[in-house]
Amino acid sequence: MPIRGQAAAAGSIDAGEVEKFARIARQWWDPEGDFRPLHRLNPLRLTFLRDHLVTRFGRDPGSLTPLSGLRILDVGCGGGLVTEPLARMGADVVGLDATEESIAVARLHAEETGLAIDYRHDTAEALAAAGERFDAVLALEVVEHVNDPAAFIRTCASMVRPGGAMGLSTLNRSPKGFLLGVVAAEYVMRWLPRGTHDWRKFVKPSELAAMLRAGGLTLSDLKGLTYDPVKDAFRLDARDLAVNYLAFAVRR
Amino acid sequence: MTEDRVEVVFAGGGMVGLTLAVALARAGLSVAVVDRETPAEVAALDYDGRASAIALGSKRVFDGIGLWPRIAAEASPIHDIRVADGHPLRGVSPLFLHYDHRAVGDEPFGWILENRVIRQGLHALAEEVAAETGRLRLIAPASVERIERPGERFDAAQSDAGPANAGRANAGLASAHLNDGRRIDANLAIAADGKFSRQREAAGIRVTGWRYDQVSIVCTVRHARDHRGTAVELFLPGGPFAMLPMTGNRSNVVWSERADLAERYLAMDEADFMAELSRRFGDWLGDIELVGPRFSYPLSLGHAERYVAHRFALIGDAAHAIHPIAGQGLNMGLRDVAAMAEVLVDARRLGLDIGALDVLAGYERWRRFDNVLLAAVTDGLTRLFSNDSAPLRAARDLGLAAVNRTPPAKRFLMRHAMGLVGDLPRLVRGEAL
Repeated sequence: MPIRGQAAAAGSIDAGEVEKFARIARQWWDPEGDFRPLHRLNPLRLTFLRDHLVTRFGRDPGSLTPLSGLRILDVGCGGGLVTEPLARMGADVVGLDATEESIAVARLHAEETGLAIDYRHDTAEALAAAGERFDAVLALEVVEHVNDPAAFIRTCASMVRPGGAMGLSTLNRSPKGFLLGVVAAEYVMRWLPRGTHDWRKFVKPSELAAMLRAGGLTLSDLKGLTYDPVKDAFRLDARDLAVNYLAFAVRR
Repeated sequence: MTEDRVEVVFAGGGMVGLTLAVALARAGLSVAVVDRETPAEVAALDYDGRASAIALGSKRVFDGIGLWPRIAAEASPIHDIRVADGHPLRGVSPLFLHYDHRAVGDEPFGWILENRVIRQGLHALAEEVAAETGRLRLIAPASVERIERPGERFDAAQSDAGPANAGRANAGLASAHLNDGRRIDANLAIAADGKFSRQREAAGIRVTGWRYDQVSIVCTVRHARDHRGTAVELFLPGGPFAMLPMTGNRSNVVWSERADLAERYLAMDEADFMAELSRRFGDWLGDIELVGPRFSYPLSLGHAERYVAHRFALIGDAAHAIHPIAGQGLNMGLRDVAAMAEVLVDARRLGLDIGALDVLAGYERWRRFDNVLLAAVTDGLTRLFSNDSAPLRAARDLGLAAVNRTPPAKRFLMRHAMGLVGDLPRLVRGEAL
């Protein structure tokens, strides 16, 4: 049973955050709009996830559909910026978001290009309670928006089948994370609307590793996303996790 | 109305469009190519009399898609390039610029191939790839009447998939409407329809450029002696005159001439025409005779203000047309092909939407500088050499001699002409896509 409006505030969901995304949901697919940074980061995030999933599940990295047959859950899918590519790579994807407006946009956009994706306006807790299991569970740019990250990760981890994996990305609660992730991104460069992020909700890599461990997962890789102002380009960097970082964890 | 769904639809299946279509189909994408002419029509002797200089980089692209083995026997290697300032009456200036391929390695500078041979080879290859993969369809004869595209920005509130388009699942794609009523939906529509691209105009993309008051007269001659792989370019006052070595003691002549004079030469009977031609061609290869018809091509320079839009891209001559002075037009187009193929396949391997503007922008960024540079260089050369002013003649002769005596400058120019300078796509480097 999908949860509507304020009721979505159940569990780890923060009602204020849901409201925040509802206001800008129609911009999800505008590469020059409020979600511009996500559009620009997308190729790197997808490279990280694809490479790990291909290795984990023994797939051919040269294939155009390397994820075919894998069942993947994209928690906090928003407009489907990562969900759609996963579907094109052959995965059987469930896109999940607590913001009804985002799910509506995601459905419409997928329909316009003829992509079949199972989008649901629901919560991770509800899916876990229904006993859903996945080869991989993804939560990109979600942890920093929930009320109780530890509980949220435990819930997500419970849906990862043995041998499966989890992919995450979030912002680091470091001084540099505050300066670049909030001050620069929202106030100086204006990449993001003001108030997109609350620095106090950011998660340190060590904290994330502990939360994953509590959920029975083992962290296998961490990569930072860094910005080069000279080239105006982002790249994956194994040494600099200070701002935005990606994590991959596995269940043995 | 019948509907089809592919990933890429091409308006135009010439040498550039079909090469890209084959590369993409081989890499796993589904493509449809719409062309006005059938394969038999474009292979006819009177369709296209030109030959192209295939640079090493372009040869690698042809190798990469599996075309080269089919046409290699017809390719005539260029071992030497001689460039000279000449005058039909006064003869050739002694200050020669001489490029010898041994200065840059074992490979020849390039190969001369008749366009007809390339087109035939491509069609045979396309047929084989179509049968093998089921991912390539050539629709000919047919034409794309119009390409319907969604707005640049997806706005859920005004989505085309809304009530107004209820039941049309592919409203977010580009739709090519064909003259026979068919509709082909695709993530990306590529205009490969040449320098007078209708689709470019329909997309509202402007072109910067100008006409040269020159026409290229193109024909093939058979000669008594072996050319030994030597290509010659004479800078005559009316325009450059090129002799390109072909197989079987033949050379392709590209004789660029003032438009009014060219018209006169083209109207002459064969004996008079051959007399004019021989005066320029010279007797270094013995007696010459004309084989096949004479062709003429008006020359112009054109560069599209942008190459891409949402779900739309220009490639080859549709994006840039240049003077044939340096024999680089098709080579530029094939470098477009290699860059576009790499951008699209890499995006597709990440699951990205290949028609999205941010993906296509990568292709434009990659190609624009190289294309502008070549357009500017060929334009400059044309202006510098297509005249008979004494001071300019002296200056350019010194310039040719200076380049000739400066090995690094000469090597750079040679490597550039071979298509080996810059950030090269995998296909141009001879690697797998």
